[in-house]
Amino acid sequence: MGRSAENPLKNAFASFGRVSVLFLDTMRAIFAKRFRIRDLVEQLHFIGVKSQSVVLLTGAFTGMVMCAQFYIQFHKVKMDSAVMSVVSVAMARELGAVLTSLMIAGRVGAAMAAQLGTMKVTEQIDALRTLATSPVDYLVAPRLLAMFISLPLLTAEAIAISLVSGMVVAVFLLGLDPVFLWSNVTFYTWSSDIWMGLIKAFIFAGIIATVACHKGMHCGQGAEGVGKATTEAVVAASISILVSNFFVTLALNKLLIYQE
Amino acid sequence: MIEVNQLHKSFGQQQVLHGVDLQIDEGESVVIIGGSGCGKSVLLRHIIGLVQPDEGTVKIDGQSIANLSERELIKVRRKFGMLFQGSALFDSLTVEENVGFLLEREQKMSPAAIRETVADALELVDLGGTQVKKPAELSGGMKKRVGLARAIVYKPEIILYDEPTTGLDPVVADSIDQLVIRMRDQLKCTSIVVTHDTRSMRRVGNRVMMLHHGRIHANGTPDDIFNSNDPIVHKFVNGIADPKDLEF
Repeated sequence: MGRSAENPLKNAFASFGRVSVLFLDTMRAIFAKRFRIRDLVEQLHFIGVKSQSVVLLTGAFTGMVMCAQFYIQFHKVKMDSAVMSVVSVAMARELGAVLTSLMIAGRVGAAMAAQLGTMKVTEQIDALRTLATSPVDYLVAPRLLAMFISLPLLTAEAIAISLVSGMVVAVFLLGLDPVFLWSNVTFYTWSSDIWMGLIKAFIFAGIIATVACHKGMHCGQGAEGVGKATTEAVVAASISILVSNFFVTLALNKLLIYQE
Repeated sequence: MIEVNQLHKSFGQQQVLHGVDLQIDEGESVVIIGGSGCGKSVLLRHIIGLVQPDEGTVKIDGQSIANLSERELIKVRRKFGMLFQGSALFDSLTVEENVGFLLEREQKMSPAAIRETVADALELVDLGGTQVKKPAELSGGMKKRVGLARAIVYKPEIILYDEPTTGLDPVVADSIDQLVIRMRDQLKCTSIVVTHDTRSMRRVGNRVMMLHHGRIHANGTPDDIFNSNDPIVHKFVNGIADPKDLEF
């Protein structure tokens, strides 16, 4: 404890190293199929199905509020029919992936860290190891793979619902023409925009699951340790998402946009 | 055979083990005693490779496990069964799934054969018919029994017991002692029991080692230990507090 307080930078690099090692070990377990399908299905249900309300509400209200805000600005320059195309591009390239990932980091990342942390303090993780079972194979691999599958789908869902809800606000509340709105959406939203959002979601999925599992598996003793690990998991995953988003955006801009 | 040579372990500034040397032969039933916090459980965790030593070696059947990777250790741990102090049952699984966990993971037996083997193991610990219960529905003593069934179901060569009677009433503690003796006699495996319960020590051990200040302080039969003139051993087995400890 004392050493980490004395040298936070060194501690941060050490944590990054440990998370990277866990990620690589988990990827090896996934490719070697050292996990049970039943555990994967359970995690898919937990991450994908049980996050529906969170993702739908996030997507819907983000689309609605963006539509209302952009309308005010665009109306001044007589570009009302471009409102939804901006919502669409912003959601596809940025907000769909980032907001969905932040919500999932809060809901699922916290739950993963708490569950694994409780298993750690009650010696269940040690029990797994004595039963000749790697905790990475049994606990982390199905969670990471389920997150890789679920988060891009949830992001696509959030983008779609934001468009629908934005269109509802634009047409029924602001009185805009749906035909012009939709033709602008399809004209300005390219497939590369959607790919960018989905690739980001895939990367953020790896960050959330690995950080949450690492924090849970290395938590301190007792209820305090589990609580701290849970908080740290959400904070570390959220900050990692926001920071990595900038670099991923730069890289994907090079790959996806400049090629077209 | 288990051999531990010059084992040292520290956690931060606190040195727990200061050069432990011990040897346990096949089929022996050894009890490790010592005061709370003296490093008994840490020693047990070194033997099964859950903790890596700072210095020294741990050999299982001649193979040093001190520097093995986690994946290499998995093969070595297949020789062990371990009963944890808090039972460490998987709370999301039923009793049957807990006990049959390793058999199901290994996929060498049919589901019907696993069910039958699990039922036999539960019968051995007098818990037949509890297969569908969840750990939360069990009492402390029942959890220990399920933990024991899980540790023995795949017939390990070595069984480790970490404080098997701690937190149990005397009657339930006695039943756990009887189970430990039953496992020792029926399965003919090596047993290492970590405890500070001197009554339990006298019953289940062929040999007793006392850990004190991070080293093996005494080593002998239960009678040798109980009749020892060594002041530290005498105080421990008779439960006599040091007058200095009574100054509040």
